[in-house]
Amino acid sequence: MGKAGKHTWTFSNQVYIQASGTAVGPMEGEGPLGSTYDVIHEELHCGESNWELAERKLMFDAVYACLQKAGVDQSAIDLFLAGDLLNQNVTGNYVARQLGIPVLGMFGACSTSMETLASGAALVDSGFADQALVAVSSHNCTAERQFRYPTEYGGQKPKTATYTVTGSGAALLSRTPSPVQVEAATIGRVMDYNIKDPFDMGSAMAPAAWDTIKTHLEDMGRMPSDYDVIATGDLSSVGSPIFRDMMKQDGYDLSEVHKDCGMLVYHSDQPVFAGGSGCACSAVVTYGKLIQDLMEGKYNKVLVAATGALMSPMMIQQKESIPGIAHAVVLKRGEGAS
Amino acid sequence: MDKQPLNEQNFENAVKSYQPKPSYVMNCIKAFIVGGLICVFGELLSQMYIHWFDYNEENAMNPTVATLILLAALATGFGVYDKLGQFAGAGSAVPVTGFANSITSAALEHKSEGLVLGVATNLFKLAGSVIVFGVVAAYVLGIFRYLWSLIF
Repeated sequence: MGKAGKHTWTFSNQVYIQASGTAVGPMEGEGPLGSTYDVIHEELHCGESNWELAERKLMFDAVYACLQKAGVDQSAIDLFLAGDLLNQNVTGNYVARQLGIPVLGMFGACSTSMETLASGAALVDSGFADQALVAVSSHNCTAERQFRYPTEYGGQKPKTATYTVTGSGAALLSRTPSPVQVEAATIGRVMDYNIKDPFDMGSAMAPAAWDTIKTHLEDMGRMPSDYDVIATGDLSSVGSPIFRDMMKQDGYDLSEVHKDCGMLVYHSDQPVFAGGSGCACSAVVTYGKLIQDLMEGKYNKVLVAATGALMSPMMIQQKESIPGIAHAVVLKRGEGAS
Repeated sequence: MDKQPLNEQNFENAVKSYQPKPSYVMNCIKAFIVGGLICVFGELLSQMYIHWFDYNEENAMNPTVATLILLAALATGFGVYDKLGQFAGAGSAVPVTGFANSITSAALEHKSEGLVLGVATNLFKLAGSVIVFGVVAAYVLGIFRYLWSLIF
């Protein structure tokens, strides 16, 4: 256990992901990764009477899918780290109310997925928890209401806008060997290069992804080629090339390894503007496809940098710019891998 | 050099080449056609009220506007108007149907918080600014018109 370089944690006590669970809405289910999710809802309401309840249902589904796969009862879990995009972290808190597990609510906008995973891994590594459950969620319609306009409002969005992923991802961490190990995490700084357009979060977040991943590579003494995939959370088709060119300026060529979860989660012909976004965007891709590929041995080591636009509609109206953040976690094939 | 360096000082300018440009001409054409069609439909409605019902050219406006508002509210509830809005932009936002959409969508959105604090409080969340500036502009113009009539 310890710090490597400037901002990186390495988990020397071997922290593993025992199992993961994902739940998504209809558009994500129809997307290219449809077969990798545990629960797919046919309808955006997920059988509930309002959008907030629908998001809560998604997090429940992801958590229970994860616990069921791990074969662990919720009473055996020491800590629940949860976050979402809504005010007062309502989804995580109301799910925690029912789970009855000690909880820490976390917020890092769309970077919350890796923020909870990194924090959970650190707490398991240090022995403060034997089994920690991490979960995040987002819902297109709750996010629209929280950050933009009513869902049925007929405003025109520009091509740089992103589409919030409806879904939730959960993972169970412990020191029991399993096929997927959490090796290290790099905690990001807030980066703000003065982008003010709330319909262009890819441009706002690209500097944060660049800073965190560059710091990570320096701290670990690694090159991009040491990873099979370097995945960013939701830079979209606008932010991804900006991020890659920023890395190139520093001599890192990511053209072979970089993928953006926001562009993996939907088909290019789905009406999602520049790509997917939201806490669930990086979570459902990481806890679904990436973990499955690690288990199957398709990948040996992946770096996931979840990107977050720490945006508040009120601050935007007060003419503030959008701060970005990114947290990165290294997942690799563990001892239990076949 | 076509690409500028992506650093903190120059970032806002440098990223412009990465951002897809809005198709201004195409958007204008779409807005013109859809907005125009809504107005043609309104004209047909008012002709209908004049010919088939007992309205004259002056007061046929009232049932016409009411009908357009009703249809826009229904289209909002059925989840059609937001898709039309994404296609047509100002074409569907500027006519009275856009105003109806802004009110209906807010009402639908806040239904879960109850009729009084949800629907009633938030009904004019988007449309409120339109009303404020509409009333203020009408007031100012009214004064000018009155002064004009005094002089001439």
